Parts: sequence; structure tokens; C-alpha cells
Amino acid sequence: MSGFPIVAREDFSDTTFLLEVHHPVLAKAAKPGQFVIVMTHAKGERIPLTIADFDRSKGTITLVIQAVGKTTREMQANCAAGTELFGLVGPMGEPSHIGEARKVVCVGGGLGVAPIYPQARGFKESGAYVIGVVGFRSRDLVFWEDKFRAVCDEFIICTDDGSAGIKGLVTEGIKQAIETHPDIDEVVAIGPPIMMKACAETTRPHGIRTVVSLNPVMVDGTGMCGGCRVKVGGRMQFACVDGPDFDGHEVDFDDLMNRLRRFAEDEQIALQRWSDSCRQKISVAGADGEA
Amino acid sequence: MAKKKRTIRSIPQERAPMPVQEPQQRIKNFDEVALGFTLEDALVECARCLDCPEPACVAGCPVEIDIPGFIMKVADKDYRGAYDILSEANLLPAICGRVCPQEDQCEGVCPVGDTLEPVAIGRIERWVGDQAIENNWSRRPHIESKGIKVGIVGSGPAGMACAADLAKAGCSVTVYEALHEPGGVLRYGIPEFRLPNETVDAEIANLVNLGVEFECNTLVGRLFTIEQMLDEMGYSAVFIGSGAGAPKFMGIPGETLNGVLSANELLTRCNLMQAGKFPQYDTPLHLGRRIAVIGAGNTAMDAMRVSLRMGADKVFCVYRRSEAECPARLEELHHAQEEGIEFHWLTAPIEILDDGDGNVRAMRCVRMELGEPDESGRRRPIPIEGSEYEFETDMVVYAIGTNPNPILGQTSRLKLNKWGYIETDENLATSMAGVYAGGDIVTGAATVILAMGAGRRAARSIKNYLAIRDSETIYHPQPVGAEGQLFGIDLAERNFARLRLG
Ligand SMILES: Cc1cc2nc3c(=O)[nH]c(=O)nc-3n(C[C@H](O)[C@H](O)[C@H](O)COP(=O)(O)OP(=O)(O)OC[C@H]3O[C@@H](n4cnc5c(N)ncnc54)[C@H](O)[C@@H]3O)c2cc1C
Ligand code: FES
Repeated sequence: MSGFPIVAREDFSDTTFLLEVHHPVLAKAAKPGQFVIVMTHAKGERIPLTIADFDRSKGTITLVIQAVGKTTREMQANCAAGTELFGLVGPMGEPSHIGEARKVVCVGGGLGVAPIYPQARGFKESGAYVIGVVGFRSRDLVFWEDKFRAVCDEFIICTDDGSAGIKGLVTEGIKQAIETHPDIDEVVAIGPPIMMKACAETTRPHGIRTVVSLNPVMVDGTGMCGGCRVKVGGRMQFACVDGPDFDGHEVDFDDLMNRLRRFAEDEQIALQRWSDSCRQKISVAGADGEA
Repeated sequence: MAKKKRTIRSIPQERAPMPVQEPQQRIKNFDEVALGFTLEDALVECARCLDCPEPACVAGCPVEIDIPGFIMKVADKDYRGAYDILSEANLLPAICGRVCPQEDQCEGVCPVGDTLEPVAIGRIERWVGDQAIENNWSRRPHIESKGIKVGIVGSGPAGMACAADLAKAGCSVTVYEALHEPGGVLRYGIPEFRLPNETVDAEIANLVNLGVEFECNTLVGRLFTIEQMLDEMGYSAVFIGSGAGAPKFMGIPGETLNGVLSANELLTRCNLMQAGKFPQYDTPLHLGRRIAVIGAGNTAMDAMRVSLRMGADKVFCVYRRSEAECPARLEELHHAQEEGIEFHWLTAPIEILDDGDGNVRAMRCVRMELGEPDESGRRRPIPIEGSEYEFETDMVVYAIGTNPNPILGQTSRLKLNKWGYIETDENLATSMAGVYAGGDIVTGAATVILAMGAGRRAARSIKNYLAIRDSETIYHPQPVGAEGQLFGIDLAERNFARLRLG
């Protein structure tokens, strides 16, 4: 299988955008909590992206991408409806366990806002009472509010500047939820490691089971390289096959954050080189235009 | 024409030397190290074969290639005939000739080796395999389509071999591969200077030529299950050759520091993802300066020699046993030594030390001595008390073996053994009807030739299971004369099958 057509794109902000990709078998197989590995072109890297949504009748999966490094910025520049992804494999990882929990808080921040959506929907479908908590920097970056409201019994938006919902981090939202609902069975948090760590610390004193979805650097995503290893409860686990979901109270987040810096220098080089070449292209195009 | 019987005295005494790239030159490139025999070299080597009546080499070969048979064909300058004999037992001669541990197999038992150096069987095999690729000899037999679909999981040597035999038997075969390119370890693991991608590509092209379809980017178990392949996707049988997969770590402190990685990760980044061409290619490696590779098998040798070629200042091999127990192919060990890898035998790490910023600064190592033999028959390494010391390194690469990949176990009813490998009977049938498995996922990490042999054995079982009758081997009329007779009956008359098939 190769050449995976992008059928739609939507931009949420100057860094966050959505791609809808046609892959009917994958759309049929995908379950909340799973991810895919994407290669944008033959010389690209293999990057993991959480499946933010899937539509079995249309045969598509949805990826929400934050343009932060070279590969994701390149995707932002080049991926449009009508283009193709070079490689797309998945669904990978153990699906989230959507079980007996009757009352859950689904928390998403940053990169994690989109992937928390299928979980919230999954819990709703299983009959749970779902409280959604999502965090954004400010009001104009909010997306999918209607989608979330449709699957959440309560929905709390948190913004850094207070321009929408409550002012503060998602942990404020969690605290609020815990105050009003003493019977919460489970919290699911997806986002940057620092946020997931804070969520786990917020729930720890209450002894509420807290599931986080880890996002270490990956290569194959099939358990073959061990690049994705994380420390959980003092044991080493491969996030791509043993996870990506783990018990947030057991995860060594500092270790994860250190490992995410592993290629920081190289990423800088790649990004620099890429933006230089973009500038060149633009100036060449500009010169052509004048001629 | 009666040939003069060769004796140990009459044959060329010296092995034909293998032309190689000089160490100082080759550590700067990824081109093949062993350049391959010329025709003259091959002929000299073939002249060293005693053509034993009961050839030990055949018994020593995991797939029982008729070794004297193909060697004599080369000696008679019937190169195509040599390939036909070779490829009857070995579908991937150009690959196996390069990567088999011949010293433990055919060459290890060659009687010439009792007095001289054994016949360089592997190098002759490689020469014939290369001729076949160059001259496009791979035969596309007449294939009668049986309209039966067989699915194969994994495109390593086990899957490739099984696919070839089933395609020849008229099955329509699809090979599913999780990565974006086919070949398994041959692609992502073994580096180009030992096995060029071109050679792997040529063998895959042969399979495509037989009608085999490759579907990459397909993670079986997750995209669809083995059960779905049988129940919904119309496959009558499935073969699993998914490899050993998951790299082992030691469980010592410091293993998640940046700068610690598995050999699989290092090799995949370099071979499959071309990290050597970063930033033209997007995948980085972030190589250290002083690289310590733990282990001394083929994977370790490959990781060390790749690190050297990527530009490391110094590369060390750290192994808890001694050189005598080193499990790598002899040739790789020699090449690594020539290239300036520093070997630290009888040494084991016990901790990896932090530079204060989450990177590797050094290892704490302990010296070992050899005690009584363990269950593997090798002498057990025992730490020497008080021998701990610091080993300066900024990158630690683990090449200490693998665990089974868990994905198919997580997603199917397949019965696994207590270590997590797929359980099979002697015909390679698994606990699920119609599902067969072979290669590293059954045996644990082994060799290319064993994986290939298992793929073929499974193909035979699948043909039995599907009630496909087809001839396994090309029919060779027996030589006439006393040898060709049994109780005075010409053996060629046996079965009345005088047809020449294939
Ligand atoms: C670095 C290295 C060097 C080696 N050197 C030598 C040597 O010199 N000589 C020698 O004889 N042997 C060598 N070996 C061992 C040899 O390569 C293996 O024994 C052999 O490749 C095993 O073949 P296989 O077909 O069982 O599996 P593999 O070659 O491992 O292939 C399995 C394939 O299946 C794919 N796969 C796994 N799970 C799934 C799934 N769920 N869905 C789809 N696809 C899947 C994998 O991506 C992989 O491509 C070496 C191994 C390594 C790692
Ligand atoms: S990404 Fe390679 S093992 Fe998980």
C-alpha cells in the first residue's frame, strides 16, 4: 500500500491544522487511543500522530497536526486536499480501555485536544457521564467546541488569558470537576508531557485513576527499535506496543521529557535548513515574477 | 570421460583470496567490503572441492544444498546448471552466500578444512548467485493459477521463501509488510557494505516476477487480524514470518539516557531511513564520538561498523565472554578488527552514567572471568569482584539479543510458547487451522538461511493443507550404470516418471 490521498484540510490556527486522509481499511480498524505513523515523502522521517477521528462510512481518518518541527511545518506547507502522503501505517498501539468507568473527565491540551475527542466520544457511547476539559492559549485558538459539546455532558474550556471559559491551565478545570463530582472514576489526559504530569499530580491526592497517552520519539512503531521506551512504575515499556496509554501516576515524566530532547540539535539543523530553502524558493519565485 | 580423482594433495592448496576494499578506504564509505570472486577465483576454489561421495557439507547445510553438485557444474563451466542446482534448495543464493555463517555450517565440516583451509563454499555460492542476478537467470516457470489466496505476514527471508514456493505452486500470494519497504532484516538491519540493497531488490523483483504482491505499510494484527484474513479477506492459508523484533535491554540504571539505543534502532535509522544523508533525508541519528556497542554477534558487528562509517572517532565492542565465544560470523569479526574496532572481551556494563544533562558520560563496567559451562554449553561469565571501573563513552548501543514481537500475540488467538514465540508443530502449523509460522518468530533470533528454510518448509505444509499437488524438485534422471540400478532395475524407471518438470 502506498500513496494515501488527503481529501480535506482545515486550519485551526497559524500552527494547528487538520488533515483527513482516505484509507478505508484503517478507518474501519481504528479505535480511540491508537495512532499512526506517517511519512510525508520518500526522504521523510516516520512520525507518530494520534488518530483524532475516523469516519468509517467515508473511509477516512483525521489527523490534527501542530507545526512545530521540520516535518510538521513541511506538512503544513505542502499537504493539501488532492495531495498524498507517502506512507501511512496503523492503527498502532493498544486501544484505550473504555471500560466500566461511569463518570470520566477527558482532558486535552495543546497537541492533545484533538486526540482526546475520540476517547470522549467512546466513553459517551459506552454510556458514561463525560466531562470534557480542554485547554487553549486564547479564545481565537479554540476549535471543535461543538463536536466536544455533542459528546460531553459537561464541557470546560480553559484559556491561559481567560478570553474563553475559565482562566488557567487544564488542571484548574480538573479541580473544578473534582469539586463538583466527588464520584469521578477516571481521568484521561492527553497533551504535552508537562501538562499530563500536572494532571497526574492533580488527581493523585484524590486517588483517581488517571490514564495518559505518551508521545515519545518513534521510528518503526512496531516494537522493533526500542526508541520509544518509557519508564512506567520503574519498568521499561515500549510505548508503541505496550502503550501509548499508561497509568499517569506511574509514569516517569521527567525521563520522558529528557528523552524528547534527544534530537533537539538535529531538529534545529533540519528546521533551519528547511526554512532557508523555503526562503530561497520564495525569492526565486519572486524574482521570476518580476522578470 | 572419466575424471581424475581429486585428492587433498592434488587440489590447489591455497584458498583463492577474496578481493576486498582496503580497511582505511572502506571505513569512509558504505560500499560492499567483500568485492566478490572473479570467474578465475571461483574456478580455483571449485578445483579445491574433493567431490566427496558422502559430502559432509550437504549434511552441514541447513537446507541441504547439493554443494558438490553445483560446484562441479561451475568447474565444468556450466554456470547456469550450477545455478539451477543451487536454487533448487536455496532461493536466495546471492544473499546467503554473503551472510551465512559458513564456518559453522558447510565449511565447518568440509574435510579439506582438516588439513588446509576449507573450500570457500559461500563465496562460490555468492558468485553463482550474482551471475544469476546479472544474467537474469531466475526462472519463471509456467504457473497454473489455482485460484487460491495465501497471505504472508512479514517480508523477511522466511516470508520471501514461502511466497516464492507458493507462487510457483499457483497460489496468488500477497506479502504484508509493516515497514514502508520490503525485505525484513535484510533491508533494515544488515548494512549495505555487507549486503547491498541492490541484491535484496533483485531477489524481491524475482518474487514480483512470479506474481507475488507486496503490500507495505500494513501492520497485520492491527489493520486487520489473522482471523480476519481467513474469515473475511478470502485467504485460504496464512504464513507468519514476522521476525524476532523487540530488542533486549539489560535493566541496568541509566538505560533511558539520551545516547543509549538498540542496535536495531541505530541500524534502522541508518539503513532504512538513510540517517547518513541527514539533513537531505529527515531522519537524524545524533552519533556520539566514542561509541560502545554491547554484544558481539552479527548485529553488534554491524552496529559498530556502521558507527565507524558514520564518522565516530572510536568504536568499542564490549562483550562479557571471550573472543572464542563471539557469536558473529568469523569474516565480520575479522573485518571489524581490521577496521580498528577496539574489542573489550570479558567486560560487562553495570551502570550507564549521566553527564548531568540527561546524556551518557560513561559506563561503569566490571571485568568477567569464565566459569563452568552453562546450558548453552559455553562457559558462564562471572563478574570478578572489585574489578569495577569507568569506561568513557558518549553512546551506548545494545546488541544483546531480542524478545518476540508482541503484536500478533496481542491481537489473535495464536498460541505462544512461554517465551512469547509462536508455537508450531514440526510442520510449522500453529494452533490455528490454516495458519503456519516460521523464521525468527518461531525459533528466536537465528539466521537468514534457517528463516528461508522454514519459509519453504511451511510452504510445503501449506500445499499439503490446501491439497495442492506439485513437484518439489526438478527431475534428474539417475546416471545409468551400476550406480543407477537397484536389484538390476534402472532407477530412472522408478515411478515411470520420465517427464522433466520445471
Ligand atoms: C543486524 C543483523 C545482522 C544479521 N546478520 C546476519 C548474518 O550475517 N547472517 C545470518 O544468517 N543472519 C543474520 N541475522 C539474522 C537474520 O537476519 C534473521 O535471522 C532473519 O532475517 C530472520 O528472518 P525472518 O523472515 O524470520 O524475519 P525478519 O527478517 O525479521 O522479517 C520480519 C518482517 O516482518 C515484518 N513484520 C513484523 N510484524 C509484522 C506485522 N504484524 N505485520 C506486518 N509485518 C510485520 C517486519 O517489519 C519485518 O520486515 C542478522 C540480524 C540482524 C538484526
Ligand atoms: S517505535 Fe520502535 S519500538 Fe516503538
